[in-house]
Amino acid sequence: MPALDTPKTLFEKIWDAHVVTQEPDSPAVLYIDLHLVHEVTSPQAFDGLRQRGLRVRRPDRTFATMDHSIPTRDRDRPIADEMAARQVAQLEKNTTEFGITLYGLRQNAEKQGIVHVIGPELGLTRPGLTIVCGDSHTSTHGAFGALAFGIGTTEVEMVLATQCLLQRKPRTAQVRVSGSLAPGVSAKDIILGIIARYGISAGTGHVFEYTGEAIRALNMEERMTVCNMSIEAGARAGMIAPDDTTFQYVAGREYAPKGEDWERAVAAWRKLPTDEGAVYDAIFALNASELEPMITYGTNPGMGIPITGKVPDPAALPELAARTALLKALAYMGLRPNQPILGQPVDVIFIGSCTNSRITDLREAARVLRGHKVSPKVRVLVVPGSVQVKRQAEAEGLDRVFTEAGAEWREAGCSMCIAMNGDQLEPGQMAISTSNRNFEGRQGKGGRTLLASPLTAAASAVTGMVTDVRTMAIDKP
Amino acid sequence: MSQFTSLTSKVVALPRENVDTDQIIPARFLKTTLKAGLGDNLFADWRYNPDGSPKADFVLNRPEVKGYRVLLAGDNFGCGSSREHAPWALMDYGFSVVISTSFADIFRNNALKNGLLPVRVDPDTHAQLFSLLEEDPDVELTIDLASRTLTLPDGRRVSFPIDGFSRACLLNGVDEIGYVLGMGDKIANYEARTAK
Ligand code: SF4
Repeated sequence: MPALDTPKTLFEKIWDAHVVTQEPDSPAVLYIDLHLVHEVTSPQAFDGLRQRGLRVRRPDRTFATMDHSIPTRDRDRPIADEMAARQVAQLEKNTTEFGITLYGLRQNAEKQGIVHVIGPELGLTRPGLTIVCGDSHTSTHGAFGALAFGIGTTEVEMVLATQCLLQRKPRTAQVRVSGSLAPGVSAKDIILGIIARYGISAGTGHVFEYTGEAIRALNMEERMTVCNMSIEAGARAGMIAPDDTTFQYVAGREYAPKGEDWERAVAAWRKLPTDEGAVYDAIFALNASELEPMITYGTNPGMGIPITGKVPDPAALPELAARTALLKALAYMGLRPNQPILGQPVDVIFIGSCTNSRITDLREAARVLRGHKVSPKVRVLVVPGSVQVKRQAEAEGLDRVFTEAGAEWREAGCSMCIAMNGDQLEPGQMAISTSNRNFEGRQGKGGRTLLASPLTAAASAVTGMVTDVRTMAIDKP
Repeated sequence: MSQFTSLTSKVVALPRENVDTDQIIPARFLKTTLKAGLGDNLFADWRYNPDGSPKADFVLNRPEVKGYRVLLAGDNFGCGSSREHAPWALMDYGFSVVISTSFADIFRNNALKNGLLPVRVDPDTHAQLFSLLEEDPDVELTIDLASRTLTLPDGRRVSFPIDGFSRACLLNGVDEIGYVLGMGDKIANYEARTAK
C-alpha cells in the first residue's frame, strides 16, 4: 500500500474518492455524481430500463436537456422534422416517467441549452465531481476540476440504473501551456495548437490535465473551450485544477452550495489540485506566447495551421498513408497544396457550439462585428449556447450588433455543429466554424469546415474570406 | 447482453485512417429512437450518391462482400463522438469484428458492450493483412476470443490484447448492468459514506 502522503494528481484524487469497489482483475465500479442526459443518446437507454423494470437510482443527480436535434428558429411552432419531434417527445415522456428534471423546449424552457453550456451555468458542474453524459464533449466540464467524460448509450443505461460505471483507470497526461496569449489569439487557438502539434490520437487512453500560466490566466469560459476539445486529441477527459477563478464562477449559481455549505465546499476544493511531486504518465507542452490564431484546413481537427501559414503539400510527406490521407482531405476540402489559407473565400460563418457559444465568446465576436457589415457573400449564423446566454447577450445589446451586421441570431442549440436539426451546409459550401469537428459531412453532407476561434470567425464574416483578426481595427475588450 | 466466442470470415478492407463516427453513421441518422435499422446507413456518405444510388467504387457496394463479418480499417478507428449508433450500425450491417492498429476509447467501450470485437494488431501485421487482401480478396481470417488470437490463412497466429474482464463478459454473455446492479449494497454504503 502506498504511503498516505504519496503525491497525487487532481485526477487521482477524484478517481480514488469515487471508487465504490474494485474487484481483482475487474474494472472499478466508479460512482457518478452528476449525469447529464440529452435527447439523442438516451432513448434506447430508457427503453432498456423499462425492459428490465428498473427505476432511475438517483433522479436527483440526473438532469436532462434538448440540444442536438431541435431547430434553432420558429420555436413557437411544432418541430417540422417528424423524427426529431418524436425524439424530443420521447425525452419529455422519459423524464416525466422517471422523475428527472428537464430543461426542455416546454419544461423549464428558460434554462434550456446545449448540455455542456447549461451544466456549468446552473452550477451543476462543480469541482471534484464525477460527471458523465452520453456525449463526447462532456470533457468540457473538466474545466472546473471535475472528472467528466462521455459515455455510450449502454453506459447511460447503467448510470441511470446504478449511478455507477465500470471503468478501467485511465493514464494521466500533463499538458503544460506556458507563456501568455498575444492579442487576437484565444483559448480556442491553444487547443487547436495542441491538437495540431500532437495529433488526434495522442490522448487515447489518457486523461489530460492542463497546467501552466497560460491556463491559469484563462477565465472559466475559456477553460471550458480548452477542455471541450480534449476529445479531439483523443483524450476522454481534460481537467484544470480549480482556483479562485473557478470558485468565483460557481458562487451563487442555482445548484451551487450556499452559506456554510459553500465554505465547506471551497475548503475541500482547495485540496484538489495536483500535489507537488505527483507523476503523470505522459507530458505534452505548448508555449502560448508563440501561438498565432489557428485554423484547420483538413478533415480532422489535427489538420491545423497558424492562420498566416500555408496548406501543407502532400508531396512533402514521406509516409504513404499520411500522404494519401492529406490528398483525400484536400480533395474533399477543395484546397490546393501550398496555398496560403488567408484569403480563402468562404460561404458560411457559424458562431456557436459547446466549444464557443458562451457569453464571452459572443462578446468577442461582437467586438469584431460592431459597426461592420458582414460580407454579402457569406451567411452568418450566431447561435447562443443556452437560453440564459441568449438573454444575457440581448441585455447587452449583442444581438443587435449581430443582426445589424447582417448575421442571423438564433435560438439556443447545437445547430450547425452537427447538422441534424435543419441548420446545415449545402454540399460544397465552405464554413468557418467555431465548433469542434471538421469531419467530412459533419456540418452537412458535402460541407467543408474550417475550425477557428470566434475572433477569426467574426473577422472572416466581414470580409467573406479567411481573415487574420489582428489586421482589423477593433475595439479593445 | 452480448456474446462473442469465435468466428471465421472473409474481410472487408477499408484502408482509411481516422475513420470517425460521423463517417460510420452521419448525425442526421441519429434521430432514431431505436437501435435496429442503422446498418442501411452505415458509411452513408461514402456509400451512396446524393440521389441515394450506391457508389460503385465503395467497397461495401461490391456484391461479393455481402455477409463478410470482419472489417479491416486504418489507424484510430472510431474517433469522434460517443454515439453508440456507430457500433450498432456496424453490427446491424453484419460486422462482428473490426481490426485496426488502434481504436478511439469511447468507440472501443461501446463496441465491447455490444459484442462487436475490436481487434488491435501491430502495424506490421496490419500492413500484411492489407497486402494479403490485395492479393487475394477471398482470404478468410479466424478470430478466437478465448485464445485472444487472430489466425491468418497460412496458419500463423497473432495474439491481440483485450482485458480479462471484457473478455469474460463477452465469452459468457455477462450482462454488465446486471453485474453492477448486484452491487447495490456497496453502492448504498458508498452513498451513505459520502453523504454530508
Ligand atoms: S454543440 Fe456540437 S459538439 Fe457540442 S454537444 Fe452539440 S453537437 Fe455535440
